Amino acid sequence: MVHGFLIHTLCPVSAGSSSVCRVLYTRFFCSETLVPLPAGLDAGAERLLQKEQMMVVARQVKSACTLSREAAGKPPPESCLPPLDEVVAVQEADCGVFRLGAGEPFQVEKTVLWLGVLSLGFSLVCEPHENLLLAEGTLRTLARHCLEHLHLLGPPGTDVLLKVDRTEVLLDRLLPHGQLLFANHRFIHSLEKEIAACMAK
Amino acid sequence: MFTAGAESLIKQAREIQDEDLQKFYTRVSKLLHGKDFGNETVDSLQRLYLIVSATKYSRALPEDVLQLLQDLLCSSKTAEQFQALSCAILRETFPCDLRNLSDEEGNSKTISHVAEVTLAQGSNQDKVSSVAHRVLKCLEARQPEDQINLVSRKLVDWLRYASIQQGVQLSSGGFFTSPRTRQPSPITEVDGAVAADFFTVLSLGQSYTEDQWMNMHAFSMIRKWLLCYSTDGSGNGDTDDKSEVDGSVMSMVSATSTSSRLLPPKERLREKAFEYCHRLIEQSDRKALKKSDAELQKACLIEAVTVMDIICREDPSFVYRAFACVKALYGRLSGDLAFSRALLPIAQFYLNHSETAAVDSEAVYRQLFTRIPSELFQEPMLAFEFTQFCRVNVKVLRESVGIFKHSFPNLFKPLAWNSPALISEYVELLPSLIGPDTAIEILHSLLDLPCLTAALDIQLRSASSQPSERVPLDPSVKVSSSMEAFRHPYYRGMFLYILRDEAGTGDTIDRLSVLHEVLADMADSPRIVQCAQTTPILLQVFFNEAAQFADEKLINQLVLVILERSSLLYDIPNYKREVQRVFSSQLLVLCKLHPSLIVEQCKELMEFSGTTGNIQSKENFYTHVVWAIGEYLSVSYDKRCTVEQITAFFETLEAVLFEITQVRLSASIPTYSPRVITMLLTTLSKLASRSQDLIPRVSLFLSKMRSFARSPAVSSWYSEEDIEEIHTRASELINLLKLPSVAQFVLAPSTEGTSPRWHRDTNTSLPLAMRAISKVLQRDSSFSPG
Repeated sequence: MVHGFLIHTLCPVSAGSSSVCRVLYTRFFCSETLVPLPAGLDAGAERLLQKEQMMVVARQVKSACTLSREAAGKPPPESCLPPLDEVVAVQEADCGVFRLGAGEPFQVEKTVLWLGVLSLGFSLVCEPHENLLLAEGTLRTLARHCLEHLHLLGPPGTDVLLKVDRTEVLLDRLLPHGQLLFANHRFIHSLEKEIAACMAK
Repeated sequence: MFTAGAESLIKQAREIQDEDLQKFYTRVSKLLHGKDFGNETVDSLQRLYLIVSATKYSRALPEDVLQLLQDLLCSSKTAEQFQALSCAILRETFPCDLRNLSDEEGNSKTISHVAEVTLAQGSNQDKVSSVAHRVLKCLEARQPEDQINLVSRKLVDWLRYASIQQGVQLSSGGFFTSPRTRQPSPITEVDGAVAADFFTVLSLGQSYTEDQWMNMHAFSMIRKWLLCYSTDGSGNGDTDDKSEVDGSVMSMVSATSTSSRLLPPKERLREKAFEYCHRLIEQSDRKALKKSDAELQKACLIEAVTVMDIICREDPSFVYRAFACVKALYGRLSGDLAFSRALLPIAQFYLNHSETAAVDSEAVYRQLFTRIPSELFQEPMLAFEFTQFCRVNVKVLRESVGIFKHSFPNLFKPLAWNSPALISEYVELLPSLIGPDTAIEILHSLLDLPCLTAALDIQLRSASSQPSERVPLDPSVKVSSSMEAFRHPYYRGMFLYILRDEAGTGDTIDRLSVLHEVLADMADSPRIVQCAQTTPILLQVFFNEAAQFADEKLINQLVLVILERSSLLYDIPNYKREVQRVFSSQLLVLCKLHPSLIVEQCKELMEFSGTTGNIQSKENFYTHVVWAIGEYLSVSYDKRCTVEQITAFFETLEAVLFEITQVRLSASIPTYSPRVITMLLTTLSKLASRSQDLIPRVSLFLSKMRSFARSPAVSSWYSEEDIEEIHTRASELINLLKLPSVAQFVLAPSTEGTSPRWHRDTNTSLPLAMRAISKVLQRDSSFSPG
């Protein structure tokens, strides 16, 4: 089961701002039993903790992706031509995985699987002994749909921030409640038809 | 992809003023009260989501907005878009006082959203239970039995008894289609053949029925379910047994034994899950027509073997049946590198159960530890999973798998290739690989890890180059690049050594410096630089572990390696410096563990400390060596220490100091720091205090040093503080040496200095000695500087 999914930036944002890693979307699937926080903390402390944890993950993915691209000798994404379509973009994306030990920052051990498409990162926070092959396939499918329905490859827009209902619909179909699905191409086809029907409204 | 426009949107959402925010809430409230939800409502809700999610501090929504959102969520008439939005907003505004949403009427979609919000609210057990209750009511109206058994029964139905006819399509046919052609056609396998047995996730159909969807979902969660509930209170399943009154879909094919119907629900689930996995393993032998299905087959294999492993752990009676299946699978996959990821759960299965089944597992481990790291090190996922496997099972591997211990040259390959991603795994894994017989070779391998990276890179590039470029070169040809060297017979052996699979063929090679030279053109490649940055960390881990068990013999060997390799390193910027830093601190640790090593290695140490060139190339390390000599070369640490040895060291160091303090008229700025000078002075004094014949010589030298420090040429080399430091140190030492017994006490305290007696006994205690010395120094401070 997947603990969380996030979309975040990877590279310094051009047009002036600093190279802050900006988290654009996070979703928790709340699969771990949270140890109750110490008494006396504000009620919003749990949410704050979750947000901070996701920030840590996003930053680590950013550095992992940068190092991976550097080692492979890839040019920085700004100087690349934009890919032709979503399928190609996801095929050419950088992919990696690393482990987060207990306490760093989640209470229990987690595995983070990431996909770097140009200057956007898509990450899955998984359980330690997850089926990584399935998770990778699901992440690629998710990323492909996000790129398509949130118009992330074309001229820059704000869909990823505002059109959260689309992201929710995608996650609801492809990763319901954080469950990775063993879906063959016919199942995926049915799911994609449903997604298309929802998006059209 | 992400712009300043989006950036400013986030900023606005975070910094929205209270007044504007209240106005916005009012507007949302008004919109939601209205009957028609149009684009404006969607837009507002989207912005509301951004406002509540953009900050990490929760925002409290007004009560009426919350109520409206909850109404939206719970009503089954709401469009999906609005349900998704309200669900997302409610999740972000926790904690909020949710009314008891589980009482509401609603379809499964609504309940799904309600469950999401409830779970996001944190661990309020009651609310979660009531939602779970509601969910299960959807599955089955009557609720007398235990919830877990209910789900287990349902899972059995879905996994094993889903229909194998295709679902009827919603929009079936057109004008010319007759009713006959709308007959449901059978489900097919991934290669197009008609389904041979019950329905699984690898069964294809144009559209699927409800129970076939549940089959897919059931398998997707079965692993987690078995892990959570398989052993949980298994006593209460058998009494109120409804499993015989199933009323579920009868199986079309593959008759199940009647005895299995009598099993309690959990045991029955195990049995059916096992059969499911068995079928999946058979199905994955078929050649899928679509690439995505081929990938799914691999994922299914991994899952099937893992689930079988879990089942066998719960109930060892499954082991024999499982092994028949897994062994056959291994036979099918072993040669095929494309299925390497499936090899890991198979190896885990063997590791867990081969003893029970008395099956020979040697071949599996051999394949795992020889082929995978050496041929697939560049696959990031496989490398990670392989490393995880090693790390998690290291104890068992070390004890019962012979080939593991000597596979470390292979095990280092994924690390060398992808150091940043795997370093934290190897920091945990490395200590278990180090043993008395492998320590030295591991140390050499670690020091040459960046060379391994370079060699792997060359090997990959060579494999993908034209055949004409792979021909071995003539021995007489001079190489101009590392790629060429890879093909040249003179260098070939060195590359083969670095790329070896197993340990035991020698700790290192003779012509290592030649290899370093020829790889120089790759020293600034990013991958190699990354590896060079992680190596010092591993060296530290290595020494920490080795110090735990090293005996005297090993410590001596380690010191020799340190001395030898301090100059024999691949020339990557900063690499030498960092490695030497580790060496410096570790040398002192080793000396502390076994002080006699100074005496035992006196020949090598003398050679090292006598070579002035070492000061220039590794000053920090040299300083530490000299300090160690001064500290530990004494009879109190090793009875075998002779006066001749002390004198020999003295003369060596004296010669070095003399050389580096030559004030030549055409002197260029020296490249060593004043610390070397003071360290040498102190060490010479220490040695002299132990062999008092040397005192006159050292005193003479010290006074020469004072004049050296005051000479005009030197004042241009060093800063004023440094010169003052040299001068002060020389003076202190001269004064100290005037009282040989005090000097001996201060410069060469006996090992008992750490015992409490030194501090409690008024006759021998340190404060007394300190007072005596300070009086001495004060008395002589009127001594005019030379």
